[in-house]
Amino acid sequence: MKESSSTYRFRLYVTGNAHNSRRAIANLSQLCDLHLADRHHIEIVDLSREPERALSDEVYLTPTLIKLAPGPKAQVIGSLHNMSELLDLLELERKS
Amino acid sequence: MTHRAVREPAALAKAPTGITGLDVMLQGGIPRGRITLIQGASGAGKTVLALQTLANAARDQHEPGIFVAFEEQSSMVMENAASFNWKLNKQAGKQLFFLNAQPPVAALQSGGFDLGGMLAALDVIIKKNGAQRVVFDAIDVVLALLSDPVAERRELYRLRDWIHSRAITAILTSKLSATGRPSERSEFIQFMVDCGLTLAHRVETGVSQRNVRITKYRGTAFRENESPYVISATGIDVSSIPDRRTGLATVSNERLSSGSARLDTMLGGGFYQGAGILLTGAPGTSKTTLASAFAEAACQRKARTLYITFDSAVPELVRNMKSVGIHLDRHVSGGRGTGYLRMEAAQSLMGSAETQLQTIQAHALAHGAQCLVIDPVSALTRGGNEELAESVASRLIDWTKFNGMTLLCTSLLGEAAASVENSPLRISTLADTWLHLSYQIRGGERNRALTIVKSRGTAHSNQVRELILSHEGVTLADAYSAGGEVLIGTLRWERERAEAESRHRVEKDDRVRLQLLVSEQAQLAAQMAALQSLLEAKGEQVAQLQEVRTHRVAETAKHRSGVKRRRSADPVPAAPRVASR
Repeated sequence: MKESSSTYRFRLYVTGNAHNSRRAIANLSQLCDLHLADRHHIEIVDLSREPERALSDEVYLTPTLIKLAPGPKAQVIGSLHNMSELLDLLELERKS
Repeated sequence: MTHRAVREPAALAKAPTGITGLDVMLQGGIPRGRITLIQGASGAGKTVLALQTLANAARDQHEPGIFVAFEEQSSMVMENAASFNWKLNKQAGKQLFFLNAQPPVAALQSGGFDLGGMLAALDVIIKKNGAQRVVFDAIDVVLALLSDPVAERRELYRLRDWIHSRAITAILTSKLSATGRPSERSEFIQFMVDCGLTLAHRVETGVSQRNVRITKYRGTAFRENESPYVISATGIDVSSIPDRRTGLATVSNERLSSGSARLDTMLGGGFYQGAGILLTGAPGTSKTTLASAFAEAACQRKARTLYITFDSAVPELVRNMKSVGIHLDRHVSGGRGTGYLRMEAAQSLMGSAETQLQTIQAHALAHGAQCLVIDPVSALTRGGNEELAESVASRLIDWTKFNGMTLLCTSLLGEAAASVENSPLRISTLADTWLHLSYQIRGGERNRALTIVKSRGTAHSNQVRELILSHEGVTLADAYSAGGEVLIGTLRWERERAEAESRHRVEKDDRVRLQLLVSEQAQLAAQMAALQSLLEAKGEQVAQLQEVRTHRVAETAKHRSGVKRRRSADPVPAAPRVASR
């Protein structure tokens, strides 16, 4: 996987096996596979294992997705269940 | 086979809120290791109350706490804490942790979420500072984001389990709609928690009134009635009603001077220390003057006194009293006086009766007052409804009794009402001593008259006295009773003068008669002495004569027997005895 200016970098905060967290991971993976094949990077932070990260990053509601690049940071809270909505929220181009 | 005995549940541990009145209502505090809900419309003071309990616990009990903010920015919450005078020292400040759990404004939402991250973060903080108390402020805001009742309940249960498993004393705050109709959410939270408080904020006849009520408390008794509270410089202050059976300070037999010697006599020695004294009367009947005389007398005994005046400015009052020989200026604090007297002018339209009560109490405590004068207490009814003023007035009496203070309240009565002596406030029944001042209009004069309507536990005069104001102060004069009528003023004076004149006349007559009698007596005594000496002289003459006679008889007898002897005659019987005198 090559990282370039066009690579989408995500960080997803989850808590262990919580229902919403599992769904968020699945939904994000699905979106990336469909629309951002080979140009995405996902970092998953499990707050149940690294609770200090919640304090340092000030993330208290899980799951929380942060788009780190490209462009301005964007934050989405929730299980990311609606893919088309998510595309709009992240201002991602739709694969026609 | 063994039977497990049914274990008595351990007495519910309580965590004090540090707000005296509230702890009285809760009979100790909120349930320790359990969840308490504070509900109320926006602006009711939920956040302040929750934060205050946390600050109090950190300061008074060295219990570290965490404040989780879902609505206001943490920094704003901290600013709030700084603006209240909670005397948080550095140590206590360090024990409080503020967590801003508010979702970032720019954050978007898609789908369900949970509070797992926050609970994980809280565990980290608890491990570090050993927090025992956590406030979740505006829990309804984060729940509303879920927009799913099932998810809301799931998160509430998650929160409850987390709190219970860590034995955290938790407070949730939640907004109530202004209509007062509980939403499904608030009903569920109410059901889930162990203790519920509701803050209500009403505006009645233009005056803001706040009340707190305990809606539920599992496993313990509590006071069910609403209790008023105010938000002041020291945060929330809940008025507490001390228990009348047990809460009273020790009863004193000591008497305090009313400031008028005659009145003290009428009262059988003065007011009791710690008594509630009511002074009623129409405008201009010298209520303030009598109240000031009491205050001056208290200061002369070196008793710290607080004088609350609703009707006039302090310098004005001091000047006016000086003209009738009452020198409040010698004692008033801040000047060159002794400082025993603190005078505060209160604007009767400022705030509700409740707020005023709290202000009065704060002043009294700050001054360390032993005597308290409220002039007039009827001013309390001006701001807001009378019902409240009545409850405030009776609580004021209870409070002063509880603190062993002597309270003197004046109360305005209209001229029409004066005749029936009805008091606008029910405190007349609570007052220990009730003096009533009225006007008597007769003979073209308006004079002041004082009566003791009641005085518990003291023998007291039942007579009407005339109240006279002069440069020397307040004096009472006997009212003149004539033909079933009570005369005061000039009529009394005239009657008294006539009486004095006739007394004088009788006195003079008597003196003359006495002199006459005395001289007659002397005359008689002199006459008696003269007669006595005459009598004695007569006695001597008689004795002399008798002696001469006896001698002569003896001589005669000798002579006769000599003749007989010579003539040899026969003897003759002795001559009969002559009685002397």
